[in-house]
Amino acid sequence: MTTVVGGIGTSHVPAVGAAIDHGKQDEPYWRPYFEKIQPAREWMAAQQPDVCIVVYNDHASAFSLQLIPTFALGVAAEFQPADEGYGPRQVPTVQGHPELAWHIAESLIGDEFDITIANEMDVDHGLTVPLSVMFGEPDAWPCRVIPICVNVIQYPPPSGKRCLSLGRAIRRALDSYAGSDADSLKVAVFGTGGMSHQLQGERAGLVNAEFDLAFMDELVAEPDTGCLRPHTAYIREAGSEGIELVMWFVMRGVLDDEVDEVFRMHHVPTSNTGNGLLILQNARGRAARRSRGPSGP
Amino acid sequence: MATTRDYDDIPGTYVFDGRRSQQGYHLNMFCMSLNAEANRERFRADEAAYVDGFDLSPEQRQAVLERDWLGMLQQGGNIYYTFKLAILDGLSMQDVGGAMSGVSGQEFTQMMIDGGRSIEGNRRVGESAATSGSAGGTP
Repeated sequence: MTTVVGGIGTSHVPAVGAAIDHGKQDEPYWRPYFEKIQPAREWMAAQQPDVCIVVYNDHASAFSLQLIPTFALGVAAEFQPADEGYGPRQVPTVQGHPELAWHIAESLIGDEFDITIANEMDVDHGLTVPLSVMFGEPDAWPCRVIPICVNVIQYPPPSGKRCLSLGRAIRRALDSYAGSDADSLKVAVFGTGGMSHQLQGERAGLVNAEFDLAFMDELVAEPDTGCLRPHTAYIREAGSEGIELVMWFVMRGVLDDEVDEVFRMHHVPTSNTGNGLLILQNARGRAARRSRGPSGP
Repeated sequence: MATTRDYDDIPGTYVFDGRRSQQGYHLNMFCMSLNAEANRERFRADEAAYVDGFDLSPEQRQAVLERDWLGMLQQGGNIYYTFKLAILDGLSMQDVGGAMSGVSGQEFTQMMIDGGRSIEGNRRVGESAATSGSAGGTP
């Protein structure tokens, strides 16, 4: 069995990746954002996870309208940064963890979560920007990564409730992992995307900071209620692309029912987006209590 | 498939549901093809000839060649796909956001720095004049 060291909710704004890649962090537009996220990077450096499960969405890079898996799990040994139209980001190749990824795939499907399995899948900014946000610019990513790609582009995306359930099923898989490195494996999980933003139409540029902060409150304290928010409520209140926030519920589901909020940041704007970063850890002193495990100590 | 949806009253918003995906499949797959540098080169060399390799409607073809960003959405385009064309043109998401909402890229950028477009008055069509038009309208 593995140890879940924490959950990270973060936006995955491409312009943040471009700011890092092109050395713009000290420019007046960007400096406040990068100063705000510094404590999160320090937390991450202290955790030293061996594996990060990154829940993200592909933006017409590895997948297109030709084939639209609602949930896809990457089981490959490595994943290349995708060419999204600018040429690939110059960031390290993402190293996978096939043994754990295959265990998760088998466990999920045995658990009636019929996930798509991907052996070849380039990863776009949805996955690489969160790594840059948390790890900066290393020569190699300091952990292995298991990508979980969620369709949020072709409407309808999965419900928040389904995403929370997926997270809990992933947690059961982590708890039952008996691979060669199982005793010492530290895992962090990312839920990415959002927060409020709308890229399209005459309403482009919509940001709703009040919604974003309330969303984080609910995700922390009342995930079983928060996950019931209908899709139209996301679109109306948080913008058409704000619906990506359902992916944060996968992260939340991997954690215990009771969590401690370690860090929270919200910044407007990065590009067209209300940018949020939230770090949660399983509540201290309740390590034995799991989402779907024994009912208490 | 229901012909109306409960999100149809959200102003200035083109939810990419099955209705739009059917309409825009070839338009979006044209945009998708621009992920490959070799295709970007072919498109730059002769836009009309390249576009004619895809099964676009006359309206879609015209919207692409004229860079009518809102028109592409109205013809079934999805912003993540149509933005690949904007990348090719060297445009930012603020440039395209401005073009779709009837302001310059610079004005749009300033609106974002000032906190973005407010939700107040922008939840439902007819709520206020804060957006320049309803879904399907033209700025």
